[in-house]
Amino acid sequence: MIAALSQNTVNLAYLGAAVCFILGIRMLSSPRTARLGNVLSAVGMVVAVVFTLTLATVDRYAFVFGAIAVGTAMGAVGARTVRMTAMPQMVALLNGAGGGAAAGVAIAEFHRLTRVGDPPGDTATAIVASTVLGGLTLSGSVVAFAKLQELIRGRPIVFPGQQVVNALVFVASVALAFVAALADSTALLGLGFAVAVVFGILFVLPIGGADMPVVIALLNAFSGLGGVGAGFVLDNNALIVGGALVGASGTLLTLVMAKAMNRSVANVLFGAFGQIPTSLGEQGAVEGMVRATTPHDVAVQLTYARKVIIVPGYGMAVAQAQHDIGALADLLEDLGVEVKYAIHPVAGRMPGHMNVLLAEAQVPYSQLYEMERINPEFPQADVALVIGANDVTNPAALTEPGSPIYGMPIIEVHEAASVVVLKRSMNPGFAGIDNALYVDPKTTMLFGDARESVLHIISAMKEQ
Amino acid sequence: MSAALITSLTVFLLAAFLGFELIRRVPTLLHTPLMSGTNAISGIVIVGAILVGGASGATTIEGAISFVAIVLATINVVGGFLVTDRMLGMFRRRRSENE
Repeated sequence: MIAALSQNTVNLAYLGAAVCFILGIRMLSSPRTARLGNVLSAVGMVVAVVFTLTLATVDRYAFVFGAIAVGTAMGAVGARTVRMTAMPQMVALLNGAGGGAAAGVAIAEFHRLTRVGDPPGDTATAIVASTVLGGLTLSGSVVAFAKLQELIRGRPIVFPGQQVVNALVFVASVALAFVAALADSTALLGLGFAVAVVFGILFVLPIGGADMPVVIALLNAFSGLGGVGAGFVLDNNALIVGGALVGASGTLLTLVMAKAMNRSVANVLFGAFGQIPTSLGEQGAVEGMVRATTPHDVAVQLTYARKVIIVPGYGMAVAQAQHDIGALADLLEDLGVEVKYAIHPVAGRMPGHMNVLLAEAQVPYSQLYEMERINPEFPQADVALVIGANDVTNPAALTEPGSPIYGMPIIEVHEAASVVVLKRSMNPGFAGIDNALYVDPKTTMLFGDARESVLHIISAMKEQ
Repeated sequence: MSAALITSLTVFLLAAFLGFELIRRVPTLLHTPLMSGTNAISGIVIVGAILVGGASGATTIEGAISFVAIVLATINVVGGFLVTDRMLGMFRRRRSENE
């Protein structure tokens, strides 16, 4: 159907696609150019696919277009319908799809190579890496999705000897894949893939829901590296460059997330955070009086403030309160109150999640401040309004060397003149850590569903 | 080690270093679109799946595995780029923009 182009021409097109990806990511460094950058990356992808189809060796068009049609329908529906609060689940599934595809390419190509009597030789390692990384990314992502979607409980699932079992399963999958590569056996490679799938499940199960940002970023990196492996096997630079960019991105985000929690990546992955609160009973409990307040009092407090800093957490997303918080902020700005948002790097369930939720609520990004930039401003703030955030505001991270979160960078709301905390009830936060902020004399608590509380504050303000 | 493999390694390492330098400049504001956007880029394995499964000599098993791989990679590409575009379309600098 299309005049066959030479391999060299197609390779040049791949180079062009790689340049599009690189410039596209470069343009993501500013929100003004980001959207165009994304389009540019997509153009690179279309170029790579179209030129691949012109190769003389590719002629099963019905097969290829059929598969693309199925994938396009599924991807488009997912992308159009997903709620912004569910973005971590969406990205988890996309990671899994990428990993599964990489493993599939490696296994199918391995089968072809052995069939035509051209065993992989020195790319055997790449076959193994692609199969194992792809397999564990596929299943690990599905488990991460299930945890985020609360299909299975988000709390860590642990049992004695778990890490030994996990290590053995992992070694088994790598060993099987290696033996398969040496013995030219696709069946064995498939078995190695299956064991890697089992490992992916075991690997993510013990990790708590609050640690999912790290897990998703890591699986993102794995899906990219799986693609790199497939690129080595096929000797294809488009796959190698694309995969390397994703691997770098996922790795960097993993490190950023772990740093924001003041924990090593190893501690997040193998530490089973859920074990820590059990030892907290004696030392973590905070003594003192909690002062409850009313929507009316909060409305007065906010109306007469000069500067209000809003600190949103995952609780805001759960309550779907972001739109009403945006409306509250608009009201305050109309009254001449300066409003800013303080975003902790691990607020939400994936890197940057909170920013997307607030952008959806039409909060301008010029009002969104990273932790390092906003912390110096709290001493000048009249009210810090904490909505659905707990651990990231806990001053114990600065003052209590015995606390499990000691050393974690926090949003320093306790430096504000007054603090209002919107909270469902007096249960401790996800990590099971009580928060001394709640008994600080300048803190008042407004109990109830975050969204309803915000709506009550808005109506109280309008009555004034 | 073959010359092809050494070339592949060179390309991989250079791209990885470039990737680190590029991604370091992406503000935390855009980390979620960064993830979904790079996710779409990792869908480039679709090219590999087409090369293997789209070849006339592909066997049934190669075809079946490649079919699944093309479907998964396409989900990655289409879903990733579209959802990233949807997110980035929501970011605005001022309150009045796009209203």
